[in-house]
Amino acid sequence: MARVTRRKFLKVSGAGALAAKTGGMAAILATGRAPAYAQATTLNWLRWNDFVPASDQLLRKELIPEGEKVLGIKINLETVNGNDLQPRITAGIQSGAGPDLVMLFNNHPQLYAASLVDMSDVAEAVGKADGGYYPLVKSNSNDGKNWISMPWTIVGGMIAYRKSWFEEIGSPEFPDTWEKYREVGAKLKAKGRPLGQTLGHTFGDAPTFTYPYLWSWGGKEVEADGKVVINSKETLESVKFMTGFWKEAHDEGGLAWDDTNNNRAFLSQTISATLNGASIYIESLRNPDKYITEKGAKLNTDILHAALPKGPAGQFSMHTYFSHALPKYSKNEKAAKDLLKWVHSKDVYEKWFVSQKGFATPPAADWEKHKVWDEDKVMTPYKVAGRLGRTPGYAGPSNAKAAEVLSKYIITDMYAKAVQGMPAEEAVKWAESELKKIYV
Amino acid sequence: MAVQAITTTLGEAPQPRRQRLLEDERWLAFFLIVPTMVLLGMFIAYPFVRGILLSVTNSRVGVPGDFVGLANFHKIWNDSIFRTSVYNTFLYTGVTTVFKLSLGLWLAMLLNRNFKGKAFTRAFILLPFIIPTVLSTFAWKWMFDPTFSVLNWLLFHVGAITGRINWMGDPDLAMISIIIVNIWRGVPFFAISLLAGLQTISPELNEAAAIDGAKPWQRFWHVTWPLLLPVTMVVVLFSVIQTFADFQIVYVMTGGGPANATHLFATYAYQIGIGTGLLSEGAAISLAMFPVLLLVVVFQLLYIRRVETR
Repeated sequence: MARVTRRKFLKVSGAGALAAKTGGMAAILATGRAPAYAQATTLNWLRWNDFVPASDQLLRKELIPEGEKVLGIKINLETVNGNDLQPRITAGIQSGAGPDLVMLFNNHPQLYAASLVDMSDVAEAVGKADGGYYPLVKSNSNDGKNWISMPWTIVGGMIAYRKSWFEEIGSPEFPDTWEKYREVGAKLKAKGRPLGQTLGHTFGDAPTFTYPYLWSWGGKEVEADGKVVINSKETLESVKFMTGFWKEAHDEGGLAWDDTNNNRAFLSQTISATLNGASIYIESLRNPDKYITEKGAKLNTDILHAALPKGPAGQFSMHTYFSHALPKYSKNEKAAKDLLKWVHSKDVYEKWFVSQKGFATPPAADWEKHKVWDEDKVMTPYKVAGRLGRTPGYAGPSNAKAAEVLSKYIITDMYAKAVQGMPAEEAVKWAESELKKIYV
Repeated sequence: MAVQAITTTLGEAPQPRRQRLLEDERWLAFFLIVPTMVLLGMFIAYPFVRGILLSVTNSRVGVPGDFVGLANFHKIWNDSIFRTSVYNTFLYTGVTTVFKLSLGLWLAMLLNRNFKGKAFTRAFILLPFIIPTVLSTFAWKWMFDPTFSVLNWLLFHVGAITGRINWMGDPDLAMISIIIVNIWRGVPFFAISLLAGLQTISPELNEAAAIDGAKPWQRFWHVTWPLLLPVTMVVVLFSVIQTFADFQIVYVMTGGGPANATHLFATYAYQIGIGTGLLSEGAAISLAMFPVLLLVVVFQLLYIRRVETR
């Protein structure tokens, strides 16, 4: 066993501590030694159960052990259903104890802004190094003064559809307007292959459909000054259209779906198209022999992606955005920030990004140049997901009020209520009254 | 000699102060009741008082907030989802209690007879009550799944339906689904508790009635039922309180959906308080249950006392 003298120990630990203090991640990596944290620093990291399980495996088996070695801390990764992240951070903030880093969706960090550590130092450095964040990233993660959460990724929402089934009913190209999509959907449903869409209380697929749908008809929640304008001719038209569209073309079970149901329905081939991240396609690639079409072909050869159709006011999208929040109750602020710096360093983040196979689009522009996007043409539409897309609360800022509307699923429920039989006018009035309670 | 010595020592030694206190029955009673009081204080009284304090502020998650009086109660009173939750809670509690009582009583009467495998059947009946609710509710969720429902498959293959029943996507069917699961889960509790009650009734009373010419129904109505009533009231009381504040079944099965159609007090309070972070409003929704439950408890306890002193 090598003998460590007192002099040698002081020299080495002093260099490590100095490097960590002055040079940040580059210096830590250069010294090849962990910064001088208290030996027992344990960081609890809470994330969703990734829809690409290979990425969670990569984190657990490779990246976290590597990070523990480089940073000299213990990292506990916990993964939960995405819909359980908000309850967990609420409980943590109220009790003053909980995970050090918490993954949050969309503009949810705005709800907890007062209880989150300013991440500007890390976010600005990483954003700059990666070619600048997309506007939707700033809308969701910045409260106008500070970065309240660290941008992680964007899961682009595109419609996954069955190429051959669309061809069979005479629509080789994906319909580019809602009218055409309704027509095609009705023909597909008549053949027992409806469109699949959730209108349930679930974080991803529900709002990423209903918000862009509303915008494409010219409807919006509020004006830029926060005045509630949901009760408009345009919104009403969108709701009326939806009720017919739903009955004629959709799988009506979608009212009770969460983010996983449409994946299962598509993969078991009971629906012909659904708005989703690319997880359906990626799963069909992962298990090519498990998913076979009725004609005996591999399902992954029969899936294409397309953007949501356009309405009278244009074509829009809203992508599910992911970031990491660091609550003020955490006693490991520095270690948490160092973990984020490390995991966002190009080499490390790239490993995770590649494991996603295009399901996740990084939050900054330089990643568009990555070769992943050229490897599979089916995934190419997701490359520019970050450039497109509005954020909830449009035309106002995506602030805490917008986040409250999103968390309460008011826009989704407006459509769900109408689909369940409430007159369109009443459904819009209900949404207006709910919005007015928030935007006071 | 040794025994004598010890006796002498014990007799002569002055009693420690602590021991003297425990000799006093009032102090002993106090010491015995302290652990219960501490537990009740920590887990019942403190959260309850904290809930009341939260409900009269405008506190959000991470923001302590200011005193706003009854503004939150006023706000929820004008909230259509809250009104739906109130209606749902009464409907859910009322319908399930009637079914649980009738099915539970019926089952208890059956189990009270002598038959082969009685002990095994009695244990088996308890299964729905023993399995963790979240686990069994997940199984039910799959059975009512909009796309892969095994119930639909079964009904379709026996020719009872031609299309799919949209169990959880239709507001009424979603309500029926959660009611079915609650009844399934609650019947064993009623059955076993009422069975215990039935076993305290002396068979001689029924035999005497039979000799006097009473028919089975008359024997039940005039002998068994009145004697079983105190136990029944206690069981109903527990069940009403539990069902009124039910959370797990609805949270797992529907999450309060579709479009808030199946929210109960507890699930809506959770969605607003914990999901959205509006703690004070969530506390107000939760507390709105309290007066109703208090009335139920007072009414039933008074009734039980009347029956017992009759």
